[in-house]
Amino acid sequence: MTAAEAVLAIMWVGLTTYALFGGADFGAGFWDLLAGGTERGRAPRRLIEHSIGPVWEANHVWLIFVLVVLWTSFPPAFAAIASTLYIPLTLAALGMIARGAAFAFRHSTDQLAFQRLFGASFAFSSVTTPFFLGTIAGAVASGRVPPGIAAGDVITSWLNPTSMLGGVIAVGACAYLAAVYLCSDAQQHHDLSLLAYFRARAIVIALLLGGIALVGIAVLRADAPQLFNGLISRGLPLILASVAAGIGSILLLARRRPGLARVAGALAVTAVIWGWAVAQYPYLLQPELTVQAAAAPETTLRAMLISLVVGAALVVPSLVFLFTLFQRSHSETSQTAKH
Amino acid sequence: MEALGMSEILALAVPSDLFPARMQMALSLGWHIVVACFGVGFPAMVVFAEWRSHPRGGKDSDKDMDALAHTWAKAMGVLFAVGAVSGTILSFEMGMLWPGLMARFGQIYGFPFTLEGFAFFIESIFVGVYLYGWNRLPPRIHLLSGLPMIAAGVAGAFFVVAANGWMNTPTGFEIRNGQVVNTDPWAAMFNPSTASQSVHMILAAVMVTGFGVASVYAVGMLRGRSDRYHRIGLLVPLTVAAVAAPIQIGVGDWIANVVAKYQPGKLAAMEGLYQSGTGVPLSMGGIYVDDRLVGAIEIPYGLSLLIHHDPNGFVAGLDRVPPGLRPPVNVTHLSYNVMVSIGFALLGLAAWLAWAWWRRRDIPRTPWFLRAVALSGLAAVVALEAGWVATEVGRQPWIVYEIQLTRDAVSTAPGLRFGFYLVLAVYIVLTVMTAYVLRRLTGAHEASIAPQEPELEEQRVGGGT
Repeated sequence: MTAAEAVLAIMWVGLTTYALFGGADFGAGFWDLLAGGTERGRAPRRLIEHSIGPVWEANHVWLIFVLVVLWTSFPPAFAAIASTLYIPLTLAALGMIARGAAFAFRHSTDQLAFQRLFGASFAFSSVTTPFFLGTIAGAVASGRVPPGIAAGDVITSWLNPTSMLGGVIAVGACAYLAAVYLCSDAQQHHDLSLLAYFRARAIVIALLLGGIALVGIAVLRADAPQLFNGLISRGLPLILASVAAGIGSILLLARRRPGLARVAGALAVTAVIWGWAVAQYPYLLQPELTVQAAAAPETTLRAMLISLVVGAALVVPSLVFLFTLFQRSHSETSQTAKH
Repeated sequence: MEALGMSEILALAVPSDLFPARMQMALSLGWHIVVACFGVGFPAMVVFAEWRSHPRGGKDSDKDMDALAHTWAKAMGVLFAVGAVSGTILSFEMGMLWPGLMARFGQIYGFPFTLEGFAFFIESIFVGVYLYGWNRLPPRIHLLSGLPMIAAGVAGAFFVVAANGWMNTPTGFEIRNGQVVNTDPWAAMFNPSTASQSVHMILAAVMVTGFGVASVYAVGMLRGRSDRYHRIGLLVPLTVAAVAAPIQIGVGDWIANVVAKYQPGKLAAMEGLYQSGTGVPLSMGGIYVDDRLVGAIEIPYGLSLLIHHDPNGFVAGLDRVPPGLRPPVNVTHLSYNVMVSIGFALLGLAAWLAWAWWRRRDIPRTPWFLRAVALSGLAAVVALEAGWVATEVGRQPWIVYEIQLTRDAVSTAPGLRFGFYLVLAVYIVLTVMTAYVLRRLTGAHEASIAPQEPELEEQRVGGGT
């Protein structure tokens, strides 16, 4: 493994983690949006708020991590992607601003009109942001971002069948992860009605995602043949693993094992992300820019590897502390405050 | 086909989007820098207030300190959240607006941002622990969880400013036949500007936070609420800022010397100096027209003294810089003057407080003192923005000083300016909403409980979302 491949693999771990944690936070906003009126939506919204409140900012940083590793280690790829895809990137960034600010502001006002406004903008931008990020993934995966500055078409690079598929799958996958995780959270709160609520939604969205994936096969075959060929050859084991894990998570939910279903759901999404990487390797930007050609010099890559190892040694235990603190107090508070 | 047509129209309509790109960067960075200051300066103040509130030496816990710590923590939480997301768009903009910079120099320039990413990670994690863990952790552990938050905020500022310092004094690479070779990201991070610029920025963050928070309580006291809660709410942050103010003046002298040595053209623009020479006066104010500063107040030998501590020291003027490569003088000179003037005014305020404290162990009795403190928060923000404008505009027309022109780094994508209009609209709404929420926080301390605790959720979110 070269230094460039090692850095890329670590970056991809970061992207996967962003999808699994940051993605679930977006998905929580999706369910907030669909939770209905003030009265009816109160209980699920409270669980959502409780689950993402302490962790969303930390989960969001995985995206920053991916960006800084990409631009330092593979500068031409970052410049090409960001300049050609500036429109969906701007829209995603504004979505993140609306979402993060609204979530924080919602705590800090007691006026109902403003709470509604902030709640609505949190929920709405939780859906649009992963959609635009998905169109970006679709643009890169279908080879519509040529190397060079703004060398691709700023419109059709992300308004195309593969990008639309990417956007819809991103929103769906976020909603699926969130529903599966929230089942597990509801169980920790011993809240059976919320468990049933999110279990039904998790199963429906999982089936929908399966259907979209079937349509997606035809879309990719016609619109992104190079990616399609990679997915059905080298990427096939991972794609099959994703299907198996997805079906497994549904079965586990049906058998009331939300804790295990959470693991299976995360594996299903992880396998797709790595299937994409395997299918596209060795190209960062199909069909011409390879990982080696885009990589920064050895001195930079070595400095990156050192700082990634040291950084991980600081960040990973801190994250574990954060998550265990709030997982543990879930079960503690639910003992005292039954509702 | 229709979409293709649209891109062509965009391309025809817009020959160059350099100006909108610069304005978008200025807007989003100029906004972020203010909230980022609170991310650097606030954690230490919140943790200090919590520490002083804990019961000690047989005494009960300090209720006023406790209430202040909780209110400040809530404000810090809101500012940190908007800082996190307003910082994200900046990282997108690095590539959306300046792909020429990133494609060529990301391998060097990007490295401190990677370290900053980790600092931001640590700060985000411990802000979550600190805000939501208030009633879930033992008091001592909770207080300790504030320490990584403080350290990471300061470290993050250092790394970001190191990257900016590299744009001013690029090191850690060579250019051979137009190719960037022999890259050394560590040398790039510790470029000649890093030390002075980062100390200057961290002190600025402390001053913005200190004067900013104190001004809120000064307004409260002017409205007649001069209970102990308001008095310590004013005194704690004001003392911190007052200690930073004189140090900042000294650091200002240090940074001016670094600029004079490595970026003489920028220094000349900051001082509005055309003619190189010895025994150069210090010029304040004035308008720069036809290579001359008109209407400025001059202090004889002032600039030579400042830069060389010698009245006959030589200072290079803009005449040494080719006409096409000179920065915009008026913007640079005036914003520099504004920063320095406010810096000295804030030093005066700090001295006033110190004098009254030394004489009577109390803040000055006159309402004029409270009025001055009430203004000081805004003044510190203006000084911050002015200093940032002086350093960024003074670097023009270079994005990487004497290596790459800003216009060579800007994206050539069509329609870039529409992105600016959209970002502008969103930031106007964001500004209004942030101001509204912070105002409500300052008025609501009586009802204050642990910052983001479940009781609050029950009480407030219950109303609907």
